[in-house]
Parts: sequence; C-alpha cells; structure tokens
Amino acid sequence: MKARLWPIILIAAGFILSFAIPYFGLLDLYVQMILIYICINIILALSLNLINGYMGEFSVGHAGFMSAGAYISAIITVKCLSSASAAWLFPFAVIAGGVGAALLGLIVAIPSFRTRGDYLAIVTLAFNMIIKSVLENIDAVGGARGFLGMDKLTTLPVAFFWTLITIWVIRNFIYSNYGRGVLSIREDEIASDLMSVNTKQVKLLAFVISSFFAGVAGGLFAHLLQFINPRMFDIIKSTDILIMVYLGGIGSIAGSILGATVYTLLLEILRPLEIWRMVIMPLILIFLMLFRPRGIMGLKELTWFVPVLDRINSNRGVKGIRKWFS
Amino acid sequence: MTYFLQQGLNALQLGSIYALIALGYTMVYGILSMINFAHGDFFMVGAFICFVVVTFMGLPFVPAMILSIIGVSLLGVIVERAAYKPLRQAPRVSAIITALGVGIFLENFTLALSPYPKHIPAIIENTSWTFGGLTISSLQVIIILLSLALMTVLHFIVQHTRVGMAMRAISWDKNVVPLMGVPVNNVISITFAIGSGLGGAAGMMYGMAYPIIDPYMGIIVGWKAFIAAVVGGIGNIRGAVIGGYILGATEIMVAAFFPSTYRDFTAFSLLLILLIVRPYGIMGKPRPQKV
Repeated sequence: MKARLWPIILIAAGFILSFAIPYFGLLDLYVQMILIYICINIILALSLNLINGYMGEFSVGHAGFMSAGAYISAIITVKCLSSASAAWLFPFAVIAGGVGAALLGLIVAIPSFRTRGDYLAIVTLAFNMIIKSVLENIDAVGGARGFLGMDKLTTLPVAFFWTLITIWVIRNFIYSNYGRGVLSIREDEIASDLMSVNTKQVKLLAFVISSFFAGVAGGLFAHLLQFINPRMFDIIKSTDILIMVYLGGIGSIAGSILGATVYTLLLEILRPLEIWRMVIMPLILIFLMLFRPRGIMGLKELTWFVPVLDRINSNRGVKGIRKWFS
Repeated sequence: MTYFLQQGLNALQLGSIYALIALGYTMVYGILSMINFAHGDFFMVGAFICFVVVTFMGLPFVPAMILSIIGVSLLGVIVERAAYKPLRQAPRVSAIITALGVGIFLENFTLALSPYPKHIPAIIENTSWTFGGLTISSLQVIIILLSLALMTVLHFIVQHTRVGMAMRAISWDKNVVPLMGVPVNNVISITFAIGSGLGGAAGMMYGMAYPIIDPYMGIIVGWKAFIAAVVGGIGNIRGAVIGGYILGATEIMVAAFFPSTYRDFTAFSLLLILLIVRPYGIMGKPRPQKV
C-alpha cells in the first residue's frame, strides 16, 4: 500500500508545484524554462527509448518526427485558430501534431519489417534528412527561414502534464501484451515470430506510439520557443536524443528520465564555460560511457514504474536481457 | 550533352571524396562491427590540418597532403586506443555513443580554437583545359586521380599484404583469429590509421575543392558518406567506393537539373528506394539469420 501511495503523493506535489512556481514566481524565468526543457527532453527520450531500448532497433532520426509535430501544431495554432481560442485548444493542436508524426512513424515502420540494425538506421537517418529538406522547400511555412507567430502556450503545468501522460502510456504499453511482444523482438525476432507474436503489428504499434510522443514533444517545443526552423530538427538534435537515452540506460523508464534530466542540467550548468561547454560535455559523456557502459541506470528499473504483479518476477527478464547485451 | 558531361566530371570529383570517407566507415565496420560516428569529424580535422600547415607554414601541396594524412591517422589511432578499445567487450551501443561523443568533442574543440569559417588558400595553380566545350580543371584531375590512386593502394594493402590478410581474417571470424597468433590490437590500430588517413585525405581535397571550411562541415558530409557505405553494403570495400560514386552522381545530377534545394530530398529518396530493393546494399550479402 505504501509503495502505491508514494507515487500519487509525488505526482500531486509535482502538479501543485508546477502551478505554484509560475503563479507565485518561486523560481526565475530562466530556471522555469530549463524545467520545461527537461520535461520536453524526458518525453523525447522516453519515446526514443521505446524503439531503441525496448525494441532494440537503432533509430537515429527521431528529430524528424519531432519536426512534424512542431510544424503541424504551430500551423494549427497560428493559421487556423485565433489567439484567444488557441490558448484553449492548444492540447488538441499538440495532439494533432502527435497524430501527424504518428502517421509518418507508420511510413518509417514499414521498412523495418524487412531490415534491421544499421540498415534501418539508414532508413531513419534518411527520413530525418528528407523531412528537413521537404520543410525547407515549402514556402508556406517559411521554408529555410523558419516559422514564427506562435504564442507562448507551453507552460510548466502543460509540460508536466504531457510528461506524466507519456510516462503513463509508455509504462502501460511496456507491461501490456504488446509490450512483451516488443521485448521479445529485441531478444530474438525469429523466435518471437515462431511463438506467434505478430511482429509486424507490434513493430507498427511501437513506431506509432514512439513517433506520436516525439510529435507531442515537438509541439511543446515549438510553443516554448515561439520560433521553429527546419535546421533545429536536423541530425544534431537526433544525436542529442540518442545521447539522453543511452546516457540514462536503455530499456528503463527511470533511466530515460534520469538521462534527459542529467543531460539538460549538465548543459546548463556548464554554460558559464561558454564555447568550451560543448568541449567538456562530450568528455564527460565519454568518461561516463567508459566507466558505466550501460548508462546510469544500466538496465535497472525503478520499482515504481513496475506494475505490482511484475515486481515478484522482476528478475525473470534480466537474464535474457543480459544475453542480448553481451 | 556537354553540360551533362561537365556535371559528370563534378560528380566524379564529389563521388571520389565520398568514396574515400565511406572507405573509412566500411573498414572499421568490417573489422569491429562498429560504426565510427566520429569519422566525419576526422574528415573535418584533415581539412583543418591542411589549413594550418598551408597558411602558417606555407607548405606546398604534397607535404601538406602527407601531413594531413599522418595527422588524422594519428588522431584515429589515439581515439581508438583511448575511447573505443576499453569498450570492445561492452554493449555495441555504448561504443556508438562514445563515438558520437568523440565527434561532438572534435567539432567543438575545433570551434573553440577557430570560431570563424576559414578559407584555404589555393596551393596548386589552377589551370583548366577545354575540350570541345568541356572544361577540365587541374584540381579536378588531381582529386579524381589521387583518390583512385589511394583506393588502389588500399586495395593492394588489403589483398596482397600480411596486414591485409590479417584484416580480412579478423572480419571473417573475430574469435578464432587471435588464437592463430594474429596481433588483433595492432591490426585494429592499423585499420583505424588507414581508414582515418583516407578520411584526412578526403578532408584536404574537399577543402581545396570547396575552400570555405568550418568545424561542423564533417557532420553532414560524414553522415552522407555513411549512407554511401551502407548503400554499397557496409563492411565491403568495393561497395563503399561504388556507393560513394552513386551518391556523388545523384547529388550533382539532381542539383544540375532541378532546383538545388531538392538535392538532399531526391538523393535520399533514391537511396531509400535502392535500399528497399536491395536491403543489404549493392555489394553486401544477406547474412542468413539463425535461430
């Protein structure tokens, strides 16, 4: 009972804080901005973790989905809605962005039926470059100059709410029947096929959910910065998300949360170093990888994120995962 | 027609550079099954070494070239020993993330040292000849011929020397070869030296052909060369060369006959279609999956 109560208390406290901080101005705007960034990065890291961590594929074009979500939601709030209604309908704009990204995820999932590993990495990489190139060529959304005019609709409560939704959906998905299918694909695709896992359906679902949340993160990102251009969503951004996932530890929700938080915070803490910041940062990353090659969490999961019935058998899956890693 | 031939020449030039970089990816992959994502930045370092030795030391073409190759080879070996070797037994993804980290480090270290884009002065006299409307510059001839020469040398090393034999053996079977007394670590270092050296040479040639260089130039060129390596069939040396020329030709031809902003879009779409038709690359062989 106690174990069940604590997360609820924490969520409630988080919600109260997320409302109180901007309302009473407890923290200055810069810190608030970092908190929102952390939330967005957690969403991104979690959604990529579903494909790269749980399903064991290597997708390197996640920023492509993000850009789709960002552009679609921005177009809806700027061109289709008035400024007053945009504030109320913002969640729907974000969802629309997520759905748009999910449709793209559907397209990317189809090549994954045939290829794996490095070849799928190329497909996602090319997808990222193609979508950036397409956006640069559409003049209606500003082309390479970018798109602006969004109101600052992403506030701390909104970002916190979407982070919770993401954690909740992805955690429930992982521990559902489909989620076990996702894990079985990582361990051995042929064997899971033989055990009558519908691998195509499972892959499709994983890609759609993952790209949906990447799109949501993009929508939030667009309405935080109030300006987007295609170059923000290039391969460098995708690399950032990859680093967050592997820094925290793959196949672990707590790992993704931790990875996104640590990475975002480190970047901000090192800001006084100015130009040397991005010199020190990768060095820290390299040393961390040398001493903890499996990321900070290293495959472990925080008990809170494991459903009660699975806790008893929590050691069951670990052996199989170890096999995959060696 | 002349226009087409002219663009074909440009395609050969760009394709040679892509092929040289793709060779570095493919060699490392063949021997370690690891994607060295820092390779694009080795390429950038090659261009910057060329810039430094030409501007500050006033060296002519050949010594600058040799220094670029040696410098980048050394960098490759140091990075392999310091960052990749300790992770050889670790999960594959950790090595990939470390490689990404090394890449970011190299980019920003160079950026911290030289915050503005640099211009490489012309070090070879650029004469051009005209044959019936077709203009050939000496720079193009040098880049294309030199790349072909380097590829031939690589072919000779891999196919006809003891080291090359060891490389092929390691890519064939990583577990048995050390038992046969092959010094695996040395062979891997040599592979890194050769692969990075080719990248450095490519960086220098790129810097001469497109003289504005900046620390981030390696990212996009590197990823594109990686795509070329995969299209050719990663781990396959001939495949990397073919992939490089295909990519170069697609990019140049698209830019020549369509608006140049469609270049990336069309090039990558074509590559995707190619991969759907041949999922293991042009020269790659599908590995049988075992249960």
